[in-house]
Amino acid sequence: MKITSKLVVSAALSFFATAAVSETELTVYTAVEAEDLARYAETFNAHNPDIKINWVRDSTGIITAKLLAERDNPQADVVWGLAATSLLLLKSEGMLEPYAPAGVEKLDPKFVDKGDTPSWVGMDAWVASVCYNTVEAEKEGLTPPTSWKDLTDPQYAGHLIMPNPNSSGTGFLDVSSWLQMFGEEGGWAYMDALHENIARYTHSGSKPCKLAAAGEIPIGISFAFRGAKSKAAGAPLEIIVPSEGVGWDMEATAIVAGTDDLEAAQKLVDFTVTREAMEMYNSGYAVVAMPGVAKPVEHFPEGLLDAMIDNDFEFAANNRAAILKEWQSRYDGKSEPKN
Amino acid sequence: MSDVSLDKLPEGPIIKGKLSRDDVIMRLGMVVIALYLVVTLAFPLWAMLSKSFSTFQFDLGAYELQVSDEEGNYSGEILTPAQLNADLQVLSDNDLIAGSDSRMGLTQFFPDFSFRSSVMYQIRNTSDTGRFLVGSELKTGTDWLELDSNTFRRVQMRPEKSTGLGNFISYFSTPALFNSIKNSLVIAVISTVVTVTLAFWFAYALNRSCMRFKGFFRLVAMAPILVPSLLPGIALVYLFGNQGMLKELLFGASIYGPIGIVIGSVFFTFPHAFIIISTALAISDARLYEAAASLRSTPWRTFWTVTIPGARYGLISAAFVVFNLVITDFGLPKVIGGQFNVLAVDIYKQVIGQQNFEMGAVVSVVLVIPAIFAFAIDRLVQSKQVALLSARSVPYQPTPNAKADRIFLGYCLAVAFFIIGILGVCQFAALIKFWPYDLSFSLTNYDFDRMDGGGWGSYYNSIKLGLFTAVAGTCIVFFGAYLVEKSNGFRLGRALFQMFAMLPMAIPGMVLGLAYIFFFNNPSNPLNAIYGTMAILVICSVTHFYTVSHLTAVTALKQMDREFESVSASLKQPTLKLFSRVTVPVCLPSVLDISIYLFVNAMTTVSAVVFLYSPKTSLASIAVLNMDDAGDIAPAAAMGMMIFYTNAAARIIHLLVSKGVLKRTQAWRGR
Repeated sequence: MKITSKLVVSAALSFFATAAVSETELTVYTAVEAEDLARYAETFNAHNPDIKINWVRDSTGIITAKLLAERDNPQADVVWGLAATSLLLLKSEGMLEPYAPAGVEKLDPKFVDKGDTPSWVGMDAWVASVCYNTVEAEKEGLTPPTSWKDLTDPQYAGHLIMPNPNSSGTGFLDVSSWLQMFGEEGGWAYMDALHENIARYTHSGSKPCKLAAAGEIPIGISFAFRGAKSKAAGAPLEIIVPSEGVGWDMEATAIVAGTDDLEAAQKLVDFTVTREAMEMYNSGYAVVAMPGVAKPVEHFPEGLLDAMIDNDFEFAANNRAAILKEWQSRYDGKSEPKN
Repeated sequence: MSDVSLDKLPEGPIIKGKLSRDDVIMRLGMVVIALYLVVTLAFPLWAMLSKSFSTFQFDLGAYELQVSDEEGNYSGEILTPAQLNADLQVLSDNDLIAGSDSRMGLTQFFPDFSFRSSVMYQIRNTSDTGRFLVGSELKTGTDWLELDSNTFRRVQMRPEKSTGLGNFISYFSTPALFNSIKNSLVIAVISTVVTVTLAFWFAYALNRSCMRFKGFFRLVAMAPILVPSLLPGIALVYLFGNQGMLKELLFGASIYGPIGIVIGSVFFTFPHAFIIISTALAISDARLYEAAASLRSTPWRTFWTVTIPGARYGLISAAFVVFNLVITDFGLPKVIGGQFNVLAVDIYKQVIGQQNFEMGAVVSVVLVIPAIFAFAIDRLVQSKQVALLSARSVPYQPTPNAKADRIFLGYCLAVAFFIIGILGVCQFAALIKFWPYDLSFSLTNYDFDRMDGGGWGSYYNSIKLGLFTAVAGTCIVFFGAYLVEKSNGFRLGRALFQMFAMLPMAIPGMVLGLAYIFFFNNPSNPLNAIYGTMAILVICSVTHFYTVSHLTAVTALKQMDREFESVSASLKQPTLKLFSRVTVPVCLPSVLDISIYLFVNAMTTVSAVVFLYSPKTSLASIAVLNMDDAGDIAPAAAMGMMIFYTNAAARIIHLLVSKGVLKRTQAWRGR
């Protein structure tokens, strides 16, 4: 009885509160896993029953391309759950509507756009890690690496695999983090040495960890979330967080400039930074934008949060094209397969 | 017509063959189907070609700068990056060629720049369309903007869109990219030689020996057609990967690279080569062999002077078909190619990985050249082919030869073992719980809904696509072929139509798919609405597989005398009635062949649809690709085998239906 009346009251309240935008629909572009979308919409609608979300979901690269292609005639109202590097790209095209959502000050400043009024706000992070197959490594007589520099040791020659930054966002965040940590020259020198040990570069960011889990290649440079999943599936994996620090990217939210329904869009973005939303993200991601919310996720390595570097997203976005070109000419040109 | 008549002469009556209503209908029909081909083939290809010339370039003259002294006072001198570059020679013209996403800093034009100095900078665009970034804020408009040194180093110029050869220049100045041309050619040539050799002896054994189990071998040889080309790649990972069952057989060489691509290519192109060569070997004149025998020619000599020349058109045709299949294939090198770059995968990397559509278009143009070349030579050779079988020929009958037959049987067993082995390994891998750590059997890998790629939904989508393509494609193709073959006059139109119908064969699937993005994903295109729907997948598949279906239909229709049309005309029957009451029933076996061909290919194609599917229309073949990409190799094998079983079932149904239909409609063929 009590619950019912409470529901009625809150429903009535929210009805009046949103009377101006009642029955609005928002077109929301996202790269969040399909299985999470229904849950996200449900939680949001518990508070805003009058705003209907129409999802358009695809992988990060495709959604980014789609948004850029629609630059002159945007179809999306809100982007909820796209890589911050992609959102920076959209921002630099003037496609985002700056908005400081209510409660944005509670977020870790790392997760908020640096503009005067932030153009996007973060949700959660995915963090680079090294997946290490203990069984195969032992067979090969390898010692577990503890740092990125360790990986250039000749003992790992041919036992290492990483994503190609030209086709994988995870690969790019590795490369950009090395360039930030070791400096431009040091970073390329590091990659030159690393290249000697790499068996091959994969197209996707999760494949190195899956291959490590399957023992195909004992060490895969991938991301922690993937490793934890494979570990949960029973793979003999250890997830190593290199001591120099690890690159990361975040999923973030932004309003598309020129939306028909700014008010509803702002409500949605307000929701995406609430504690409840953060708890919702936490079920899949160990690192979320609001400090103190995240509960440990099973199989995630310790100390991941501290290892995250102070990622300069602007550096990554503005130098992306140049870095990829350089990377391609250094490592992709050597077409001979190595063993 | 007025331009034909001369002023001096009085205008006479215009003499013109009278078009009957049927002729009008048929010409209209032909125009409609020709329009279909123009819209689904010519326009997209044109859009792609123009995209490859759409470049981005930094315009150093589009900005103006002012630099203060250390106290912050400006001298009033206005600089442009173009002048600075002319003085300093920092950048060459090629450095100014950019991608849509390129940015370029300005500090390189100031050799003594320091972000700590107190020098101030002002910058503006010289035109309203100019744009630059400060950090990631976009700045447009022509107002001066003052920045301190530390902010000025964050200024990035953005390139402007123009037209030119820039993309081709940067393609051919990037070794990582143009090396793929050589790689693709090498792989295609090696695979062609191996496949044609293997297929020749297989076809020889089936047509010219008296070994047993010919029906079984014929069946096995056709099996690879039923699976996506990337499936052998997955099997090779399980066989020769680092955890592979037969890894030792490679003696330390890596399967990821040319070796893997060649073995896989041989697998998936084998049936294509086999069909063509087998047809060529099936017909031969026994008199030639008798003549050779009576001249005391050795079997070796007879082979080179009688058998090979007789089959040469088949061999050449098979070689070009295989070459084309390998060089345009994308799935297999993607799965097993490792660091060995080939053209088709480059297109995918440019488009999906970097959203560099312009460069994708450039690679496509490069890939089309060898494909069209191979296609043109094949056409040329085919047109020279003359009838081997004259009315006086005596069909060759192989005679039993115990020793040779045993050798052929052994050879065919080995090939069959290879084909069945590849499929068997995939099925085995699909059933293993977690290779190589948990070898118990389970069905967990069939739980597609837990993986990337669209789950079981994508499997049902594929069946839908297969059925739609088969039905719509058969109607369009057969009707089109009928109109071309049986209509009167209108020579030019018919010749043009024939040309259009042959063109899809030469266009690689990847290229067609990419061209469709450029053409259909354009908001100003009225057909934009079909982008991202099942309709575009069906249209793309029909167009991609148009040529072979068209040729099948034309061959069947050629067997029917044109007198049917004359008779129906003199009986005052509309042609459409003749078409539905006589032509279609008579040609029904070919119609069914076309539909099964379209169904099987729509189920297995990856390259044509990889750019076109949307989350709602994900496909089984794409799911195989994406699951492998994500590292879920066993589920990828499982899905690949689902495609195999579905296609095999479709073939069996096709066989039964054909038998039933033959009984009912083709009774006239017997006596």
